[in-house]
Parts: sequence; C-alpha cells; structure tokens
Amino acid sequence: MMRFILPFVVFMIVAAFLYVGLSLDPREVPSPLVGKAAPAFTLPQLRDPSKKFSPQDMKGKVWLLNVWASWCSACKEEHLVLMDLSRQNLVPIYGMDYKDKREDGLAVLREAGDPYTLAVSDIEGRIGIDYGVYGVPETYVIDKQGIIRYKQIGPVTAQNLRDKIIPLLAELQSK
Amino acid sequence: MRYLTILLFCLLPVFSYAGEAKDIAENPVLEKRMIGLAENLRCLVCQNESLASSHADLAEDLRREVREQMQKGMSDQEIINYLVSRYGDFVLYDPPVKKTTMVLWYGPFALLLIGVGVLIYQLRKRKSQIAETDLSDEDARRAAELLNETPELHKQPKDSQA
Repeated sequence: MMRFILPFVVFMIVAAFLYVGLSLDPREVPSPLVGKAAPAFTLPQLRDPSKKFSPQDMKGKVWLLNVWASWCSACKEEHLVLMDLSRQNLVPIYGMDYKDKREDGLAVLREAGDPYTLAVSDIEGRIGIDYGVYGVPETYVIDKQGIIRYKQIGPVTAQNLRDKIIPLLAELQSK
Repeated sequence: MRYLTILLFCLLPVFSYAGEAKDIAENPVLEKRMIGLAENLRCLVCQNESLASSHADLAEDLRREVREQMQKGMSDQEIINYLVSRYGDFVLYDPPVKKTTMVLWYGPFALLLIGVGVLIYQLRKRKSQIAETDLSDEDARRAAELLNETPELHKQPKDSQA
C-alpha cells in the first residue's frame, strides 16, 4: 500500500506547487514603495507647463497617481475605466504623462476625455524611476499622510476597482 | 559641375556620420564600470535580460541613471541600494538572505539532506534484505540447473536461423 501512497503524496505536493506557480504573474513585481512615503517631486503641469505640481500639495487628501502615456496601448483601455471613475467623484485622479511628448499627451485627453483632476508630464521618465515604474500604466493609491498604500501594476480594471481600490479608498478616507 | 556634384556625393557619408554612442566614448572607464554593475542587475521589462544587455527603454534610462550616479561619485553599493529601494530585491540576480528568501537559499541543501537520508535508509534496508537470502541446497541445485540451461536456450534459435 505504501508503494502507492508515497508517490501519490509526492505527486500532490509537486502539483500543488505547480498550480500555485501557474496562477502567479511574473510581471507583477511587488513594490518596496508600498507602505512608504510617496517620493517627492515637482513637475510641470501638462496643460500649462509654467505651473508646477508636487505631491506635497495633496497632504490631507487621499488621491490616485496614475502613470500613463499616449504610446501605451493598455492605457487606452484603462482610460475608459478612469473616465468612469472620475464621473463617480470618489477620489481625485492625478495623471503622470510618462516619457511622452506634451502634444501627444494633450491629444489623448482631447480625443478620449480627461479623467484627471490634473495631469503632469514626466518627459524624461526620471520621476517614474523614483516611483519604481517599469510597465505603464501603473497606479498608486496615496493616503492623507502621503504614504503609498497600494500599487496597481498594469491597467486598472472595473473589477479591481470594485474589489480592491474603492474599498481601500473608503477605508483611507474615513481615517 | 558634374564632377563637383559627384565629389559632393562622395563626401555625403562624412556628413551623415552619426554621433551616436557618445556616452561610451566620453568615459570608457566609467562605461565599463557601469556595464559591470548592470550585468548583475535584472531588467524589469525583459525579465530574463540583464540591465546591461536589455534594449528596453527603461533599461536605457536606468543605465543613464547609474552612469550619472557614478559621475557623482557614488559607490556601487550605494547605486544598488538606490535601485533596490525603488524596484525591490527583484532587480538583484543575487538576492539577499532574508526571512522570505530562506527557502530559496537553504531549500536545496535541505532537499539534499533529505535525499542523503533516504539513500542511507534504503541502502541499510537492502543490506539487511541481502543478508537474509540464504539458499537451501535444493534451491542452489535448481539455480545451477537454470543457469546452465540458459546458454542453450539462446543458442537454439540462432542455429535454426543459420
């Protein structure tokens, strides 16, 4: 009997490991920035580059920082979700146009609508590096103290808005 | 006039000579140090490529960042810390020993120990099994008979074929 049980147990253990392995996304690298203060920056605003924006201005508010670009195809899909979210008025969404030409970024907002309370441009992608951006789009949930609470790698979808982001926003806003 | 035109065309490649790869020419020592460091770092976009060999946009930006920090006089360790604080241990091909990486670092040794244990156990068990098999006289005679028979069994089909 043991002759059959032992290989079966070993098989089940290996199968369990492989099953878990299959459901992991290797593209999703956990960010060391979650739970830490959002890196400071001062960037020109997309619509009016003479004006600046800095995360310091957002102290006391819960907000989203969405990293996007006109050259990013996944962002187009996400754009619709963000438009929907902005209509619900749950949270201010700030956009960071990452490694993009100003006119291209503006064209997207003109054609597909503007979900952002404000958009800034990170033309050289330096602030992106400070935020550990490696695959656009990425979205950060930042709390009232300026701490990053959540990072969404890849497009925000209606499903993870409902399951994760909106409940987290409610929790952070009530604090 | 015609010769002048031809001459101008001949000179064209001189003008079109691109000023690319300027960074490398600027400071070869620094570039070498940067490549040496970047070879041990993983590119986050193409995860099976090092930061030194990747052509991804982000890898280029990060190489630029590393280059600038070297120019500022930062040590290799400081630059690694800079990247880890932003992208996590994932950028290291050589992850540090931590609670979360214990299995990674010591797991293979544990498996090896288990393997050695099983092997020793099996060998001991076999040894005791071998010792037990004492042949009776009758068994020995039968075994000898069978062994003597075998060569003939093999021979027969050969003969019939020939």
